[in-house]
Amino acid sequence: MRMREKLILRVVSKALIPFILLFALYVQFHGDFGPGGGFQAGVIFAAGLVLYGVIFGLSSLEHVVSPRLVEIGMALGVLIFAGVGIACLVIGAEQEGVGNFLDYNVLGSHGGEGVDAHGQHLGILLVELGVGVTVAFSMLAIFYMFAGRSRPEDDA
Amino acid sequence: MPIELILFFLLFATAVVIARLKDLFAAAMLTGIFSLVSAGLFTLMDAVDVAFTEAAVGAGISTILMLGTLSMTARNENQQPFRWLPLLVVLITGAVLITGTMDMPAYGDFHAPAHQHEIYAGFIETTEQELEHIPNIVTVILASFRGYDTLGETTVILTAAIGVLLLLGDRGRRRADSDSSSDAGGDS
Repeated sequence: MRMREKLILRVVSKALIPFILLFALYVQFHGDFGPGGGFQAGVIFAAGLVLYGVIFGLSSLEHVVSPRLVEIGMALGVLIFAGVGIACLVIGAEQEGVGNFLDYNVLGSHGGEGVDAHGQHLGILLVELGVGVTVAFSMLAIFYMFAGRSRPEDDA
Repeated sequence: MPIELILFFLLFATAVVIARLKDLFAAAMLTGIFSLVSAGLFTLMDAVDVAFTEAAVGAGISTILMLGTLSMTARNENQQPFRWLPLLVVLITGAVLITGTMDMPAYGDFHAPAHQHEIYAGFIETTEQELEHIPNIVTVILASFRGYDTLGETTVILTAAIGVLLLLGDRGRRRADSDSSSDAGGDS
């Protein structure tokens, strides 16, 4: 309740949160070029959403990201990661008879002979996306659990 | 060189203050500052990715989680009598750790095993020659060359979150709890 009366906090955070989320996406998809990657991006994305939850209350955040979605998202990231690995296995087996788990070279255009830059690029991008999704939703899950415990005081 | 010294001094001072503070809110904020100073040190050592992680996790999310925990407990630490045994354990552990670092190669040593081993030389050569589209070698090593490890780490994060969900989750009971406590809140 005290938090909700702070007009300046509300206005400033409303202006900032979109940029925090955008920055997280930049770190996510620019991780192969500059510092950063899925882990950092996931944490920043979660931090933006947590800021929203801290200022506007946990129930408003649960409207945006439902607890059910958080539970699904946590597992989805690892599924994306492992799925890329299995896709490499299957595509490699199709092309050369033998596929290797997480061998991104086969994802490229010229059939996995030696190092395929495009295949590696695609593989890294997808795998980092998986890391980012799992990290973001895991951090949110932990925040939900902690904030949910102290909710009675929050809402009172 | 001097800026490293200043940062190390700040790091040391912050650690001592955290250990002596009784106000847990201030201590939680200072742990965030500790992480931020560490991130500055990592940046000076050219470990930008590590610094990024330290700033995002140590100074960002973990401070928020600390504050979340604080809202469930008291704000001040209980006064406790000074005891020698914990101090002794900390001093011995610290001495062992420092002795351990004596065996480590000097900072930036070209002859360090990490720079000399053929696997790492191969990583660097492959990235430079074949993967010029991906200039950040840290990302290439983490996501491609060491993809198995990263898959394992991601699974560890998922497992940790599931652990927290299992320990604190109990959705059905929480709903019942919040119903009864909102009644109590209405009374007060």
